[in-house]
Amino acid sequence: MSVDQKVDAGRRQLLLVTSAAGGVGAVAAAVPFVASLTPSERAKAAGAPVEVDISKLGPGQMMTVEWRGKPVWIINRTKEMLESLKKTDSEVSDPNSDKPQQPEYAKNETRSIKPEILVAVGICTHLGCSPSDKFKTGAESGVSADWAGGFLCPCHGSTFDMAGRVYKSKPAPDNLEIPPHKYLADTKILIGEDGKA
Amino acid sequence: MTTKSQAVLDWIDARFPLTSTIKGHLTEYYAPKNFNFWYFFGSLALLVLVIQIVTGIFLVMHYKPDASLNASGVPVAFASVEYIMRDVPGGWIIRYMHSTGASAFFIVVYLHMFRGLLYGSYRKPRELIWIFGTLIFLALMAEAFMGYLLPWGQMSFWGAQVIVNLFSAIPVIGPDLSVVIRGDFVVSDATLNRFFSFHVIAVPLILIGLVAAHIVALHEVGSNNPDGVEIKKKKGADGHPLDGIPFHPYYTVKDIVGVVGFLIVFSFIVFFAPEGGGYFLEFNNFIPADPLKTPPHIAPVWYFTPFYSILRAVTYPLFGIDAKFWGVVAMGAAVVIIAFLPWLDRSPVKSIRYKGGLFKLILTVFIIAFFILGYLGVLPPTPGRTLVSQICSVIYFGFFLLMPWYSKIDKCKPEPDRVTG
Repeated sequence: MSVDQKVDAGRRQLLLVTSAAGGVGAVAAAVPFVASLTPSERAKAAGAPVEVDISKLGPGQMMTVEWRGKPVWIINRTKEMLESLKKTDSEVSDPNSDKPQQPEYAKNETRSIKPEILVAVGICTHLGCSPSDKFKTGAESGVSADWAGGFLCPCHGSTFDMAGRVYKSKPAPDNLEIPPHKYLADTKILIGEDGKA
Repeated sequence: MTTKSQAVLDWIDARFPLTSTIKGHLTEYYAPKNFNFWYFFGSLALLVLVIQIVTGIFLVMHYKPDASLNASGVPVAFASVEYIMRDVPGGWIIRYMHSTGASAFFIVVYLHMFRGLLYGSYRKPRELIWIFGTLIFLALMAEAFMGYLLPWGQMSFWGAQVIVNLFSAIPVIGPDLSVVIRGDFVVSDATLNRFFSFHVIAVPLILIGLVAAHIVALHEVGSNNPDGVEIKKKKGADGHPLDGIPFHPYYTVKDIVGVVGFLIVFSFIVFFAPEGGGYFLEFNNFIPADPLKTPPHIAPVWYFTPFYSILRAVTYPLFGIDAKFWGVVAMGAAVVIIAFLPWLDRSPVKSIRYKGGLFKLILTVFIIAFFILGYLGVLPPTPGRTLVSQICSVIYFGFFLLMPWYSKIDKCKPEPDRVTG
C-alpha cells in the first residue's frame, strides 16, 4: 500500500478502464475459437438432396437412405397399416400433427404426400437413436399384446405408430420428423427439397 | 550427505523450493497414524491417472481420428484401433491397459468417494478438497465419455449420439448447442476430431490442474482419518501432531502395498479378461459405427449407468417442458449435489464409527439403491424397471436432501479425543 492509505481515485479509474478494455479484447479474441466449433462450410454443404427410386418398394416394405448423415425411411404402407392409424389416433400424443415436425403438405392423417408412402427421418425425437421397425401386430411383435404395428426405439422404449406418431407417455416428445421431399415422377422421390422453401 | 551434494542441494534450494516442498508434502507431512484399507484409493487413483497418461501418449502415436472409410470400407479410426491391436508391437497390451484403466479409474474413484462418505472427509475444514474432488469426478466423466467415441464402433457412435442429444433438450439454446458440440448436424468426422482433441489435451490438462488443487488443499488442512477427529488439536512438544506420522516413509510404504495388490488385479484383467465380460469393452463396439442403424440395445459403460438410470427414470413433463429436459436436469443434479455434502451433513461427528444407527441404515439403503440404478442402467427399459429406477432415484436424492434433518436427529456416540488406532 502507498504511504497514505487513501485510494487514488484517478489511478483506480484508469485501472478499471484498462481492465475493461482488456476484457473486451479477450472476448473478441474468443470469437474465432467459438466460431470454429460451429459446422464448417463443408459440413453445411453435405446437406444436398437425395434422389430415390421407389419402383421396387413393394407393399409393406421399407427402405433406408442416407440424407445429411441421417437415416431416412421410405415405407410403402399396406391397407391394414393405414387402417391401424385410425385405431392409434387416441393413443398418440399429437394425433393431428400440430407440432411442426413435418412440412405443411404432410400435415394430414397419414403424414405423407401419397397416403401409402411414408417418408420419415428414422431418428427418435428423444435422444437420436434409430428406432427399429416392428411391423408385425399383436403379441408376435414382441412389443405388446395389442401392438398395432409401428416402430420401437431400442434406447429408451419410445414407440411410434405407422405414421411415425409418438405414443403417449413415452420419453420421446415429438412425432418423427418428415423431411422436405417431393415426387419427381410417380416412383421417384427427391428428399431434402420440396421447391417450397 | 557429503558436502558436495549438500552444496548442489543448497544451490538449488536458493533458486527453487525443492527441500521445503519435499518436506511439506512428504517427509514432514504428518498424516494420521490410523489410516486403514479405505485410504489406499487416493494414491491408486493417482497411479491410474499416470497409467492413462502414459498409455494414452503411446496410443496417440498410432491412432487416427478419421471417420472416413478406408479402401476396404472400414472407418479409418476403427481400423487404426484394430491396427494397434494386431500389427503394432505391444500395441494390444497398451490399448488394453488404457481401456481397463478407464474402468479401474472409476472403481478406485468410487471407492475413494465412498471412503469420504464413511468418515465424513468432506466436513469442515475439507469442503474445498471435496469440491475439487467432485470437479475431478465431472472431468473424469467427460474424459471417459469423449474417449469412448474414439474407437468409432457402434456403441461409440450411438452413445455419443444419445449423450450429445441430451443437450438439445435444453429449452431455446439446446438444438444450436448440440450442433456446436458436434460441429455438424449429426455425429460425424468433425465430432470425432474435436472429441479427440478434448480427450488428449484439454480435459487431461484440466484434470491434472484439479488433482494438484485437490492435493494442495488436502496438505494445507491435513488428512481426515477413520475416527474423524482432528489430529492437529493434540500436538507434541516438537509441534507435530501426536497421532501423526510422516507421510514418507510410513505411507509411501503402505501405499506401495496397495499398488502391488492393485496391479495384481489390474494385470489379471488386462491379460485374461480385458473386455470385462462386455462391461469394460462392450461387444457392440467391435462393430464399426453405422450411422443408419442403431444396435438393438444400447447401454452406456458401467460407470455411467447409475446416472443414466436416473436420466431414464424421469418420464413426466413439468412446467410445459419435455420430460427429456428434466431427465437431463436430474442426471446433472445427481452429480452436482455431491459437492454440497459438506453443508448437508449436520451431524455432530464426522466418522461413521460414532454415527448412530439411523445414518448407517440410510447409507446402506443409499448404496443399495445406487447399485440397483447401476444394474438397471445396463438393461433395456420396461415399465417395471422404470418404476424401480424411479424409486431408487428418489432414494438417491433423498439421501442428500434429507441429510440436514436425519443427520441432526441421529443418536451419535461421543467422539474420542485422539485417534483409536
